[in-house]
Amino acid sequence: MNILKAFVFSGIVCFLAQLILDNTKLTPGHVTSLFTVLGAFLGLVGLYDKFFEFAGGGASVLISNFGYQLYDSAMIGYQEMGILGLFSNLLAKGSCAIVGVVIFSFVLMLIFKPKD
Amino acid sequence: MNKDEYKKLVDKLTPKENKKKNAFWAFMIGGLMGAIAEGLVTLILKCFAVSEVEAYQIVCLIIIFIGCLFTALGFFDNWVSKAKAGLIIPTTGFAHSVASATLDYKKDGLITGVGANYFKLAGSVIIYGIISAFIFAIIGVIIHG
Repeated sequence: MNILKAFVFSGIVCFLAQLILDNTKLTPGHVTSLFTVLGAFLGLVGLYDKFFEFAGGGASVLISNFGYQLYDSAMIGYQEMGILGLFSNLLAKGSCAIVGVVIFSFVLMLIFKPKD
Repeated sequence: MNKDEYKKLVDKLTPKENKKKNAFWAFMIGGLMGAIAEGLVTLILKCFAVSEVEAYQIVCLIIIFIGCLFTALGFFDNWVSKAKAGLIIPTTGFAHSVASATLDYKKDGLITGVGANYFKLAGSVIIYGIISAFIFAIIGVIIHG
């Protein structure tokens, strides 16, 4: 049942993204940035928490989750350390994705050759 | 040939993409990614003694690793051009953009090639994510106190 919820949620988000991609002149780069910002915004209005409760993994797999993580850790930082916390804690949760992508693609880049 | 004629010719020759089909595949593949993530989270919570937060981070890393690996193996580009938003909006799109940039610029050397172009495509996601999160956090602090 949870898997079905995750399927429907992330499916609908990707569907909306595809509609934007097809019906406007925005490139995939624009759309991913837009959805990241949207994730942070949904964190601000408190909706992304509810999406997360509903869809779990379905919400965690989207790029919007990255924006939400950044917003969430910035808020946690503020509660712990005030304004300084906004600077020092903003990347706390998002660090996993950034460091992961840097390390994995560096190692794979050393092993593999580009194909074209 | 004046501008209008040229524009007509371009419109005629640009391949028309099937929007319904694209949207359907984006929904199916995007949904599948979510379902896989949810399944992995459940599996990891059952098999290993980890907290829920850790399980989500592990799944995030697994999906990023798979995205990078498939890009390096060379067949992920075809998948992305078929599934479009279905693979771009999940974290795989983020991984794909970094992995393909590093591979493409490998020939230019480690510093001016790979290092300089690492976040060529994914940079905008990180930069605007940080800027928007910062601004929204300030707004959140003002609203929620």
